[in-house]
Amino acid sequence: MSRALDTFAAWVLGVLWISPLAYALWAAFHPPEFMANFVLTAPLTLDNFVHAWAMAPFPRYILNTFVLVTAILAAQLVLGTLAAYGFARFRFPGRDAIFLLVLVQLMIVPDVLIVENYTTMADLGLIDSILGIGLPYMASAFGIFLLRQAFKSIPKELDDAARIEGCGALGMLWRVYVPLARPTLVAYALVSISYHWNNFLWPLIVTNSVTVRPITVGLAIFGAPESGVSWPLVSAATLISVTPLLLAFLIFQRQFVQSFLQAGIK
Amino acid sequence: MRKEWVTGYLLILPAAVVLAAFTHVPIVRTVHDSLFSRASAIRPSRFVGTGNFETLASDPVFWKVLGNNLAFALGTVPVSIALALVMALLVNRKIRGQGTLRLAYFLPTMLPMIAAANLWLFFYTPDIGLLDQILGAFGVSGTNWLGDPDTVMPCLIAMTVWKEAGFFMIFYLAALQTQPPELWEAAHLEGASRWVYFRRVLFPMLMPTTMFVLINAVLNAFKLVDHLFIMTKGGPNNASNLLLYYIFENAFAFNDMPAAAALTTVLLALLALLAVSQFLFLDKRVHYR
Repeated sequence: MSRALDTFAAWVLGVLWISPLAYALWAAFHPPEFMANFVLTAPLTLDNFVHAWAMAPFPRYILNTFVLVTAILAAQLVLGTLAAYGFARFRFPGRDAIFLLVLVQLMIVPDVLIVENYTTMADLGLIDSILGIGLPYMASAFGIFLLRQAFKSIPKELDDAARIEGCGALGMLWRVYVPLARPTLVAYALVSISYHWNNFLWPLIVTNSVTVRPITVGLAIFGAPESGVSWPLVSAATLISVTPLLLAFLIFQRQFVQSFLQAGIK
Repeated sequence: MRKEWVTGYLLILPAAVVLAAFTHVPIVRTVHDSLFSRASAIRPSRFVGTGNFETLASDPVFWKVLGNNLAFALGTVPVSIALALVMALLVNRKIRGQGTLRLAYFLPTMLPMIAAANLWLFFYTPDIGLLDQILGAFGVSGTNWLGDPDTVMPCLIAMTVWKEAGFFMIFYLAALQTQPPELWEAAHLEGASRWVYFRRVLFPMLMPTTMFVLINAVLNAFKLVDHLFIMTKGGPNNASNLLLYYIFENAFAFNDMPAAAALTTVLLALLALLAVSQFLFLDKRVHYR
């Protein structure tokens, strides 16, 4: 009895949770007159997608986002791996104090320092550039923290073995540490990709042209109520914007969820 | 040994430079700038001590925004955590469509806040919006959900809960999977009801997860403002304005940099408080003994 009740509750919640997306699908694939008229015989159409696609440079936005996310991730992995290796395996004065300072960024994320970071970007001449959007995120305390944990769990004996083989510090990092920390690197990469694909506030502030704007900012301009675009078009544009990441998520679902978990539990 | 020092410093140097440039230096500069007046063409900026904070304290909008942010946190955090726990408990056991349900709960997490705001905006549109159409069947209609100061916050809170609960669910799911099934069997044999088992055994055991999720949820309540750009712009009459959005307005719309710096300092203080409380509570009092 209670079992059936649980199943029922779970499904009610599930339907409720999926309904906003399901509704967007309905609105996007039907003519505007069926926007709130749910008859199963309503004709399907791709017109909304065609119009939305023609109204804003979505391919360009998606390309910008792709370049942005890739650049951030590449820099985060390189800087994070080097720093984590330094913190995990080397002894130098002030190491623990510096590590504590790194951890400050876990709480005070770059997203809240928009005012000062904007000034810095203006001084560097990086306003309205993809580098300008990405730079504040390129050293990530979270990444350094995760990788340091992973590196610390690698037995030191492997170091000695590699050292006898004639490996230097960087050779050891590349041949021993990076391969062994692969699951952590993948987990971190997926978390970073989904964060930066969806990030909005800072990219909005620091960009003002089509050639650098990421998809979230493009979508916000397209869908803003004052732009007066009709609801089915907004639905179509929203679906276009979320599809790349959602598709990646659906294909690699297990890895994504495992990654969030691994990243969260540490 | 000196060689080890040099290698260590060189390894952390690139990350340290970027971190310092975009986290530590801006923090110090924010606090510094919050103590100086606005520069104008005829008068350079000068030291005003706590002047900017006094201005803030006498600004009713500031108090309103701060109150909104607390209400937003109080509205989103407990509900999304409770729902996340319920979701995890529901789909932890084998039930029909377990995978589909987990996906349904989790999917909103993968959407950008902007997309979520777009979807929900239409629900809340007066008359033609879905919510009004459904309520219209019961004779209630014409509610301007996002345009009424009394309803706007609950509407935004509902959307945020929808967006976040699934994310927190996976941490509870992971924790639940480490619980031995014998525990429930033993409790069941002793005659414990499900509620008693949950309250006396399961919930205390999940405390570390709850604390982790709690910290993240509170942090999100202070840094999530994307939806305001689409749904309300902080209105009507600042009824839905949040601290970070108000900082954005002051810096980039009103061009009042000292106010933006003072507001950011307040936000930094709140986050520091959160960090300290995490440090004090997270490691000590939460573990089940």
